[in-house]
Amino acid sequence: MTKERKMTITIPQDELMSSGHLACQGCGATLAMRYALKALGQKTILCIPACCWSVIDGPFPHSSLDVPIYHCAFETAASSASGVKAGLEMVGDQETIVMAWAGDGGTFDIGLQALSGAAERNEDIIYTCYDNEAYMNTGIQRSSATPLGAWTTTTPVKHYKNRPKKDLIGIMAAHRIPYIATASVAYPEDMVKKYKKAKEIKGTRFIHVYAPCPTGWKSRPDDTIKLARLAVQTGYFPLYEVENGEKWTLNLKIKERKPIVDYLKLQGRFRHLKEEEIVMIQREVDANWERLLKKCGI
Amino acid sequence: MNKKKEAKRIIFNSEKEMPLVAMSLGSMLYNKTGAWRNIKPVIDLSQCIKCGICWKFCPDVAIDIVDEWPQINYDYCKGCGICAEECPQKCITMVEEEK
Repeated sequence: MTKERKMTITIPQDELMSSGHLACQGCGATLAMRYALKALGQKTILCIPACCWSVIDGPFPHSSLDVPIYHCAFETAASSASGVKAGLEMVGDQETIVMAWAGDGGTFDIGLQALSGAAERNEDIIYTCYDNEAYMNTGIQRSSATPLGAWTTTTPVKHYKNRPKKDLIGIMAAHRIPYIATASVAYPEDMVKKYKKAKEIKGTRFIHVYAPCPTGWKSRPDDTIKLARLAVQTGYFPLYEVENGEKWTLNLKIKERKPIVDYLKLQGRFRHLKEEEIVMIQREVDANWERLLKKCGI
Repeated sequence: MNKKKEAKRIIFNSEKEMPLVAMSLGSMLYNKTGAWRNIKPVIDLSQCIKCGICWKFCPDVAIDIVDEWPQINYDYCKGCGICAEECPQKCITMVEEEK
């Protein structure tokens, strides 16, 4: 039908991640890494604390990534990255990008002090938090990124999580670092654009990537992209940037937000919710959305 | 890029063969994850509009672009079904794996 037509390629074609890695079927974190490395290129060093990605990468002496990786302790992603960057500067390498790549447990809870320290010193690193909303690698325990109403193994159905997700972007914006952005695996072009922008900026850059986890969310593996897209369309995880802690820009303006129930009903971790609890979550999402619009000046 | 690397598993016979620091010496391509699959995607190329969406969203990098057409690498496809779900033409179908 379209013999002459060329394949439409909207993101860089170079592949720095190889097949054969150990991620679950339909893993969002793997896609996040694939897009991030496509944007950053070969001259990158990764610092990965304990998280899913320390397993996905593969056992020694094999690696599924074509860039050097430093596996560090759980709480030290940001400080290890600062150290690697300082070492590179000592040998006169200004070009190589150092990226800390941590999960939500290693960022929201355990790694927060190291991250805050690095941000305060304005270390020249990129810090990525790929957010799957629980400690998925150790068996789906609650983290402070787990959303309101969600089931995890430590917040069982009868005592589901009754506190909302921590506002990490707010915390990072208060550090006045040069660049903060949120990205979603359902919008690879936007994500690649943000990483390319981050690459050009000096100082601490924080990128919060939304990465659905079919295993932990009890969703179908083929719904990964659909869930990530719905999270953006419902206003649950908006795509925006913050420059120098002051200039907030909404990247994807949604005219009519979809109801949050569309997003919740695809996931087994929200199956126990009753109607009034869904209303409560909708109210929470609405409040966060209004707050964001105010910050963006819309 | 994938093609250049060797899909060989590295096994050390003695401690002396090991490098001094934990460094990667080979790729994970030896691990043929295709065995994890229960259902496999099949592309109907006559319907394909070459939008590149299946290639873009594959978490296992198991869709290659060969002569401007998408081609699934069944050695590594884990059968998650994202390609079939996201295909705008719905020309990828998931079929039961025959064992």
